[in-house]
Order: sequence, then C-alpha cells, then structure tokens
Amino acid sequence: MAAPQFKNPVVRWIDYRLPIFTQLNHEYNEYPMPKNCNYLWSFGAIAMVVLITMIVSGITLAMNYTPHTAYAFNSVERIMRDVNFGWLIRYIHMNGASMFFIAVFIHIFRGLYFGSYKAPREILWMLGVVILLLMMATAFMGYVLPWGQMSFWGATVITNLFSAFPIIGDHIVTWLWGGFSVDNPTLNRFFALHYLLPFVLLGVVFLHVAAVHVHGSNNPVGIDIKGPQDSLPFHPYFTIKDTFGLGVFMIIFAGFVFFAPNFMGHPDNYIPANPLVTPAHIVPEWYFLPFYAILRAVPDKLGGVLAMFGAIAVLFVVPWLDTSKVRSANYRPLYRQFFWVLVVACILLGYAGSQPAEGIWLIVARVASIYYFAHFLIILPLLGKLERPRPLPASISEPVLKGGGRLATAAAAKPMEKA
Amino acid sequence: MSDTTHPAGGGGQGGHEGEGATRRDFLYLATGAVAAVGVASVAWPFIDSMNPAADTLALAQIDVDLSPIQVGQSITVTWRGKPVFIRRRTEEEIAAAASVNLAELRDPAPDSARVQQPQWLVMVGICTHLGCVPLGQKSTDPKGDYGGWFCPCHGSHYDTAGRIRRGPAPLNLALPEYAFLTDTSIRVG
Repeated sequence: MAAPQFKNPVVRWIDYRLPIFTQLNHEYNEYPMPKNCNYLWSFGAIAMVVLITMIVSGITLAMNYTPHTAYAFNSVERIMRDVNFGWLIRYIHMNGASMFFIAVFIHIFRGLYFGSYKAPREILWMLGVVILLLMMATAFMGYVLPWGQMSFWGATVITNLFSAFPIIGDHIVTWLWGGFSVDNPTLNRFFALHYLLPFVLLGVVFLHVAAVHVHGSNNPVGIDIKGPQDSLPFHPYFTIKDTFGLGVFMIIFAGFVFFAPNFMGHPDNYIPANPLVTPAHIVPEWYFLPFYAILRAVPDKLGGVLAMFGAIAVLFVVPWLDTSKVRSANYRPLYRQFFWVLVVACILLGYAGSQPAEGIWLIVARVASIYYFAHFLIILPLLGKLERPRPLPASISEPVLKGGGRLATAAAAKPMEKA
Repeated sequence: MSDTTHPAGGGGQGGHEGEGATRRDFLYLATGAVAAVGVASVAWPFIDSMNPAADTLALAQIDVDLSPIQVGQSITVTWRGKPVFIRRRTEEEIAAAASVNLAELRDPAPDSARVQQPQWLVMVGICTHLGCVPLGQKSTDPKGDYGGWFCPCHGSHYDTAGRIRRGPAPLNLALPEYAFLTDTSIRVG
C-alpha cells in the first residue's frame, strides 16, 4: 500500500499537498474486493449513479419549477411542454425515484441474505437504514411538488400520521403544515427540504462508503479475505463488472423513461390539487406500499402509525437480532427459507397496500405484517440458536476451485506470486 | 488559581474531594447549561417560523349565509383551508341522531352536544383518521351505513350527527367554533 508514483507532475504536485490521488488510488484502484462478489454487489454503485442522476435532473428541474400552490402544477406542465428537453428531464427524475428504490431494495435484500450487517459491519448497515429513511422523506416531499391530486392528498394523509401521537400530535401537524391544512407554506417548505435532503443523503452515502472500506465488502461466502489469493483489485475487475451491471440497469431505466414514463405514477396526479375533493382511492407510490399496508393492517390509528415506523426501526437492530455467527444464507439451510418467506411477505404487503383495505387483502396484509415482525423479532434470534449451519469453506477460493483438479490448484497458486 | 487548574494529588477528578475539583465541575456544568440555553433560544425562532404565520391566522374567520339551504341540503365552505360541512338536517336525521344509545359510540357525544340548533349541523369535513374529505355532501354520494358520511380512503362511517360509528377513525368529525349572527347566518371561527 505504498504511495503510488504518479507520472504527471501536476498530479504529483497536488498529491504532495493534498493526497486525493493517493486516496482515490487506495480506495478505488488497488482496493481489494473479494473475488467472488457477484452482480448483486453492483447495486451499491448503481444506487450511487442513480443518486447523482437525481441530483443533476433535480437541479435543472428546480430552475423551471415554481413552488406556489397557484403556479406549481402549471410550471410542471410548462416543463413538460415548453422547456427544452423538459419532458426528458422530468421523466428521468420521476422514474429515477423508482429506480433508486429498486436498486436500494435489492441492495438491502442482498445484505439480509448474505448477512452483510454482521460484525464488524453494523454501523455500515445502520448508516444504510438512515439512507433509506432520508430517501423516503425526500421521495415523499418530491411527490408533493407537482401539486396534483395525489400530491395534495398524499401529503395530507402522511402528515396526518403524526396526529396519531397523543397531546402533541395536532401541534406537530400544524407545525409541519405551517397552517391549518396542507397549503402554500407546506409546499414551500417541502420544496426547500426536497432540495436539501439529497445533499444530506450524499453526505451519509459518503460515510456509508467510508464504513464499507474499513473492513471491505462482504461476499457470497460470507467469510473474510484470508490472503491476497482471495481478492482482486477494485480496478479494473470490479469497475468493469459494476459498469456492465450499471449498463443493464440503465437500459431498463431508459425503457421506462422513453416507453412507459407514467407506468409507475397515478393518473390522478395530472389533476390539479383540490382541497375539497379526495380521490376515491388514495395510494402512495409503489415503493411505500408495503409500509402503507402495515399502517392499514392495524385496526388502530396510533398502533398503525407505530407499526409502520417500527417496520423501519426494526432494521436498525437487525445486527443484534440475528444471533447466528454465520453470515451467508448459503450456509444457513433454515434461514435461507425464511429469507424467501420474508421476500414473499414484502411483495404481498406491497400488493395488499395497492388494494382497498377490505376483505381478503386486509387479511393478507395482516398475516404478512405479523410475519414481517416475527421474522425479525422472533425467528432471527431463535434461528441462531436452533439452526445447524453447513460447514463453511476454509477460504473464499476453496468452494470455487474444489473439484477443479490440478488446473484449479495452479490457478489458486498464481495470484500468490503477484502478491 | 494554581490549585484550581492543577489540583493536588494528580488527576483532579480522582478519589478525593478537593475544593478545586468541585469548582471546576461547577464551571464545567454552568458553561454547559449556558450553552444549552443559548442553543435552545437560538433554535426556537427557526422552529417557530414554521408555525402558522400571522396572515394565515388572520384568515381564520368567515361568515356564511344559511338562507339558501333547503331542508336535506348540504353545503361545503372553506375555512382555514379546510372544508366545513353545513347540513340542514331533516326531521328523520335529527330523530335518528338523537335516538342512538351513547354506550355504542366510540367517541360518545349526545346529539345535543353536536349542534347549536338541531336542524343545523356544522362540522369540519375532515376525516379524523388521516384527513381525507368524507363523501355524503351531495345527494348522490354514498353516505355510509349510518346515513351520514362515508370516508372512501380507509372506510370510516359517520352518522347523521357526524359521529364515528365504524372504521379506523378514532373521533367524531370535529366541530368548529361558530356562532349564529342571525337565524340564517353564522360566523365560523
């Protein structure tokens, strides 16, 4: 890890005074990645690129947007019709929010499957949950800005969640609104915060990346790097792998932007906000649906609100709820099955959240909500004690190379020389 | 002074109760307290600036003329940015509201406590669950199982006095402050 010798004299001059090039080389060039990391490990980088896309498209949108109840809706329509490439930038921003959540949800489930939150990566994981919370707050406030019917009523319903708290609830809601209903002061502050929070998010992402670089990435086997034969330098092996993964992701992103830009939106949001008429069926954006389903599954207002916030809060303590020493679900026969039950429960919650809260879907939402909490609060702590994990390989290289005969052994030996 | 900064016996916070250690602790706590009060008093104007502004508060009163409303008709007016339901109830609705057994109610209130004059029901038209506007103002709207109002968002049913009867809402529809200026006009707020 000696400081590299840069050929460019300007680079050398700067690096001597501010070693950013040494730092970049250390963190993104020679940085050792477990060599068995699969494409699921690309979603962190993908999420980062989407965040930057959101910031760039958001800043250009803000230059044409007017945060006033009388003008907001029309200013968005003007962006769509009159501003050069406004339609493109807005559709990128609209669908980018969904793509950000897709990337982050895959990233989170990857962490849950491979036990990436276990020691010594607990703080890394908790910073990730903070990022998720900031994303949710930012996405919610951004959805209010076009000032359509779903914007207005989504804002009304979500801010009213806080009224569930006894005594101070109504004061909190009035304070959030800056008035007696969702109105111009609310829109103004949501715009200010929607502009601010992505940069806060970026700061936390920086800490998140700094934290992962302390002990390195987890990997599909879930055991630590034992030596240089278990790792590859980040560049070019993982820069190129992440770039390929990113390319595939961007094709899907572009597919939505150009061919189905409103697929994930609601037609009601193209009706200007009307404080006197509630749309017949209010649903949040798809990425909030599982949480919305949990909110509605509890037949009590405060209980529902607490359950919904609890669904995120429980993620903070997952590193301590999971008592198993084995990280990867590949070596945990029982946990692997429960993991997939959790995935199914989350998908069911998402679907139930999109349906009216009655009949079969209410029952589905209740069962899935109970499983969601049981998974984290009961199953995870017990499994660590009851489950008999499969034997772990001696090293990251071993499971890949076993049965490969002499050739494999030779290949395993080779990187040693390089080191 | 040298005693204060360098308490004898090495390590001022150590086992023995030197005068210097106590004074230093006091100064330390006092400085912390001043800082905390300072931060709180600087933070408050910023927090309070997010509360309703004076002009928002000033718009908090409206006068409504009731004379055009026929029996069985409802109107919706805007007060503080919220819909206010004003309904001229029929005799049957008043009778239905008055005959309810209070023990059945989630948020018990007799009909007499819900109105100033039995035929005029004035309420904030906002569901006490999560703030949607219930249906039931138009004659073609669904009125729920109790003939009053029905919130389509999460299925709360309100009766002819605007009391919650079924569904997730915890409370009856709120009553704004209002006063009859004449027999056919009211001031809300």
